[in-house]
Amino acid sequence: MSLFQIDFGAEDKPHKVVGIDLGTTNSLVAFMDLTAPKVIPGADGNPIVPSVVSIPEHGEPIVGAPALERLITHPDRTIYSVKRLMGRGVSDVQDELKLFPFHIAAGSESVIQLELGGKRFTPPGISAQVLRQLKRNAESFLGEPVDHAVITVPAYFNDAQRQATKDAGRIAGLQVMRLVNEPTAAALAYGLDKRNNGIVAVYDLGGGTFDISILKLHDGIFEVLATNGDTHLGGDDFDNLLLRVALEDIAAEWGTDLSGDQVAVQTLRRAVIDAKHQLSTLAVTTIAFHYQGRGYRRELTRDMLEKLITPIVNRTLGPCRSCMADAGVTPEQIDEVVLVGGSTRIPMVRQAVRALFKAEPHTELNPDEVVALGAAVQAGILSGHVHDKLLLDVTPLSLGIETMGGVVSKLIHRNSTIPATAAETFTTAVDGQRNVLIHVLQGEREMVRDCRSLARFDLKDIDPMPAGMAKIEVRFLIDANGILNVMAKDLRTGKEQTVEVKPSYGLSDEQVEAMILESFAKAEEDFNERQVREARVEADRILNAVDKAKGDDAYMELTDEERALVDNSIAELLLAYHGENHHLILNKLEALNKATMKLAELMMNTAVRGALKGTKIDA
Amino acid sequence: MFSGPPPSDYFAIFGIEKKLALDLEDLQRRFYANSREWHPDLHARAGAEQLALAEAASGALNDAWRVLRDPIARAEYVLKGEGFDIGEPRGRDVPPELLEEVFELNMALEEARDGDAGAKAEVARALRKFEGLLAEIDGERDRIFIACDAGAGREQLVQLRSLLNRRKYLQNLVRDARVSLA
Repeated sequence: MSLFQIDFGAEDKPHKVVGIDLGTTNSLVAFMDLTAPKVIPGADGNPIVPSVVSIPEHGEPIVGAPALERLITHPDRTIYSVKRLMGRGVSDVQDELKLFPFHIAAGSESVIQLELGGKRFTPPGISAQVLRQLKRNAESFLGEPVDHAVITVPAYFNDAQRQATKDAGRIAGLQVMRLVNEPTAAALAYGLDKRNNGIVAVYDLGGGTFDISILKLHDGIFEVLATNGDTHLGGDDFDNLLLRVALEDIAAEWGTDLSGDQVAVQTLRRAVIDAKHQLSTLAVTTIAFHYQGRGYRRELTRDMLEKLITPIVNRTLGPCRSCMADAGVTPEQIDEVVLVGGSTRIPMVRQAVRALFKAEPHTELNPDEVVALGAAVQAGILSGHVHDKLLLDVTPLSLGIETMGGVVSKLIHRNSTIPATAAETFTTAVDGQRNVLIHVLQGEREMVRDCRSLARFDLKDIDPMPAGMAKIEVRFLIDANGILNVMAKDLRTGKEQTVEVKPSYGLSDEQVEAMILESFAKAEEDFNERQVREARVEADRILNAVDKAKGDDAYMELTDEERALVDNSIAELLLAYHGENHHLILNKLEALNKATMKLAELMMNTAVRGALKGTKIDA
Repeated sequence: MFSGPPPSDYFAIFGIEKKLALDLEDLQRRFYANSREWHPDLHARAGAEQLALAEAASGALNDAWRVLRDPIARAEYVLKGEGFDIGEPRGRDVPPELLEEVFELNMALEEARDGDAGAKAEVARALRKFEGLLAEIDGERDRIFIACDAGAGREQLVQLRSLLNRRKYLQNLVRDARVSLA
């Protein structure tokens, strides 16, 4: 036993899989600790990393709480709620753009390009910055590299939004083992399966998205029966409403319209959010706003807030009813209700849920943390640490292909358990045709124009032959992540057929690869730097301890050779200390550790003798 | 763990005999048991090839579960396997004794669309009648299921097919009536 024990075991352990909640407003990372999931705190001790990224004029992007501060000082260089833009084209987000101070660059039809300080960023690129911060937090906390993750997404996210989230993970240097739906993750975190087999509804109202899922629990199996939601409904909408009211109020009082002044708007936004939060526990509060020497104060009661947000809260009820209908259950059959997302702290939201499902909702777990905790449990399932649980999730939207006359032919219906498959045989329409183009869509409507284009798949290199002779079987697989995979086979030859994918929204594989390459070198550097820093801290600790031990009587009991070995080891450690190789530092640390082993033992014995000397032994 | 792709027959996936009348609780137990073996999450560390096979097996299991747990989808699956063409219902699937009723309902639906409040009551009356007929059909369906399973001939299957078509036709009427009243 040595006094200066260091753990060298970290290098050979199997890789750790973390669970990440990549939220609209806040993000968190959690891991499976022995038996229970735990959230990982950042350097500031807080596990919550605001999903805000700021691009300074020089240096690295700033992420999290410091970026949140810069939202007020540098609104033109700071992005928030970027999740609302994931997997979308510019025509999808016109409503958002009225409220968000984002600058959209030209050429944003299939992937939005944000312009910040003269540079261009995509939503997955910005989300990757948040993920990288979470990865760093996890690595510092766990003391080992973290490159595998489970990331959660709103259950109602479509294929492009899921793909964009996966891309963000890859850009951040994470192998995304699984995307998990947020409400499902929450159900896992609650571990309701231990208590009973029954029907559970998860109501998830977050910063920007709303999900409702109904699950059946059966001996550790979490079978999602149906899901519904709105990917554009959340706490942000409450904030925007309050903000608009306050801006109008100020315009009337001051005679100045501040809505074009980003610094003012962001400061006021913060003030209304604070007031909103307070009204979850108080009956009345004040919106306080100071700007350029002027002050604005307005009393806001919970009643007033509730009147304002009633229409938005009511918009969550339709999806809840549809979800129950699809699941084939009535409110009376629902045994438990789980609340997820910060917006479920609002008493009125809880009241609406209680009234709809006729059950007292679960609120034991922190609604901000519950999704990340569930993601960590799923990470445990994937890495083999959690054995008794299994998620059976569903696809939220129907999948179909375009047929004659712009009609969509459905292949996989919504609420189908995933993985789900479908097969369809295609042929050629004219003699010698070499390609067949398949247009795949997601949505519930009948016509192509009312559904969302997912991708065009080009079946290439078909052998030339008369029209109608070719027989290409196309297999569609929605995997456990809810992402579509397409494979094609020539039924005459049995050969796999080349399929070229042209996603309608999102980054191409090449674009993602380029972004990974760009970030990879940097990330390696980051991690190495941190490891060196940490090794040095450890070296300092031991050098100090050895220094002190040299003053102990025990030191003189060592032989000359032993003392020389100690000095030699110290010199070698100091040499490594100033280098950049953390392996070498740890190596020399271990050598010094060994060289001082005897010294440590001697000191221990002396200490024991001293202790015995001072103790009266009663017979 | 997986040596090849899953069986293509839905009943074989569950390891049960081909039958129209199924014990749903037993089917559900088998679904969960197979999921615990096949789901890709339980093969995440087994390498790409095993993972792909798990995905295919689990996908086939889920498809089979979706079809077999629903009596209508199950019957259509069996009929298709017997070479029947499962298309959209045609006019001649309308029970002749209902022709007049169907005609009247369609009239009422039209009037209701034009805002005739009196027509709504007519639609509601027809809706109740057709919902009752649907329930009757489902009872008859279960009787045919048992007869088919007992080894009856092709004429039973033909009867089943025509029953399903009649049901689909009524189902569409009921749906239209409900939309009109909502």
